[in-house]
Amino acid sequence: MSGRVLLIEDEPHIAEAIRYILARDGWAVASHAEGQGALEAIRREAPDVLVLDMMLPGRSGLDILEDLRADPALAGIPVLVLSANGQGEARMAAEGAGAARFIAKPFANSDILTAVRQMAGA
Amino acid sequence: MARSALTGTRVRERRQRIGLKQADLARAVGVSPAYLNLIEHNRRRVGADLLASLAEALGVGEAALAEGADSALFEGLREAAAGAAGAEAGAAESAPETDRIEEFVGRFPGWAALLAERQARIGALERAVAALSERMAHDPHLSAALHEVVSAVTSIRSTAAILAESEDVDPEWRARFHRNVYEDSIRLSDAADALTAYLDASPGNETGLSSPQEEVETWLARSGYHIAGLERPHPTPPAALVAGVPELASDAARKLALAHLARYRADAEALPLHGFLRALGETGPDPAALAERFGAGLAPVFRRLATLPEGAGPPVGLVVCDASGTLTFRRPAPGFAPPRHGAACPLWPLYAALARPMVPIRTAVEMAGRVPVRFLTYAYAETRFPGGFDGPQVTEALMLVLPAQGPRSGAERVVGAACRICPRAGCVARREPSIVGAGD
Repeated sequence: MSGRVLLIEDEPHIAEAIRYILARDGWAVASHAEGQGALEAIRREAPDVLVLDMMLPGRSGLDILEDLRADPALAGIPVLVLSANGQGEARMAAEGAGAARFIAKPFANSDILTAVRQMAGA
Repeated sequence: MARSALTGTRVRERRQRIGLKQADLARAVGVSPAYLNLIEHNRRRVGADLLASLAEALGVGEAALAEGADSALFEGLREAAAGAAGAEAGAAESAPETDRIEEFVGRFPGWAALLAERQARIGALERAVAALSERMAHDPHLSAALHEVVSAVTSIRSTAAILAESEDVDPEWRARFHRNVYEDSIRLSDAADALTAYLDASPGNETGLSSPQEEVETWLARSGYHIAGLERPHPTPPAALVAGVPELASDAARKLALAHLARYRADAEALPLHGFLRALGETGPDPAALAERFGAGLAPVFRRLATLPEGAGPPVGLVVCDASGTLTFRRPAPGFAPPRHGAACPLWPLYAALARPMVPIRTAVEMAGRVPVRFLTYAYAETRFPGGFDGPQVTEALMLVLPAQGPRSGAERVVGAACRICPRAGCVARREPSIVGAGD
């Protein structure tokens, strides 16, 4: 597989592990570590898949997702949401805001790879 | 009902404890002040009707005045009966015979003592469950700690999987990942320690997850809210007052404590203790009269009433909130327990004052519960402009909570502590279902 992934995740070690496994799988990975400036990063990187954490400093992932869906130029980017809150309400909120997939933390690396591959191929 | 020879003493003690003047009590129960004075010195017996009137005016049960040491037993049995009546509404034929409590105690003292002790135990457990539930639902520090645990576990799991499942990891990456796992394991260990301390329910354990505000309030509660070192003409330096205080574990708590002490000293200078206590003896706990006497604002008077030396005034509670409604200071009083986490009851006069700054509001309230308790509240909000004309306005509201005076009028506003732990059914202001009683 190949393509471009933008990872928005503020936990540096989590971001490092995700970048590693995606890069090893052939993906070009860019990352951004906070909610502020996330939309600008998305416009700049123009990813094939966005991996978005929900709990971010500055702006929540949910707010970013809603703004993404409101922008016609960005609305088509498939989004994989990661969240430490795996409860039903959080999942429903993310999917209601337009997330294509939702994975609760902690996750299996294979789940991340499978989701990104499927979303890029969709 | 048998009446003890010391009923008068108990009437006097209760009257003085709630700050009620003898003339006012006499008027409330329909006797002359001189006759009440004879009663209080046990030189006149108290008839049944007058005893009932005195109990009503003083906000206690008759047994508390007549029975002395046995009053706690009778109060416990009445509370058990009240709880049973609430739980089985409609089953009138099985309701406890509250008019035969004395007969029950006299014939079965052992069973009566056991029932009262069980009721006290149930009440303590209900309060503990309510407090824990409230904390679990609303404690932002608990949420943050759990997020910390999940984040550390996520990093460790993902990184360890890379190391375990891949034989061809570059040595530089392998070293980096080993370091990440090590650092996150320490982070996880620290977060687990904090959670363990939080979940430790041992009495008196104040360690573990506490907000800086909670640390300050714990320290103030231990100190009795009165800071003698700041009452002197040459006050103790605030830094010396907070140094080494075990409850103030965090830097943020020490900063909050210093800010509190600065305001305390300003109030002490505006309302010197000796003169304030003398005025309090003359006017009673009337914030408006005291403010007028000293030419001070209501807010400093509220704070002074809540920081008097023990026994110098009636037992008071005080809550303060900012413009968002967040409680920034909580001093509980007997029967009045502000919620430790989350929002308070929206019917508190505190919030009515917040919506109408500079308008003093006096309201008689009844705190909902198994045994409702009445209070007289004074609420007031003031607005400051610390940044001048171009800066934001800062509004703060205060609510002083005093024991109710006089008999129940029926016009008291029924309030709770917080929706989650309030048993009041059918409240139009309810924000969420209650975990106790039938509140919905």
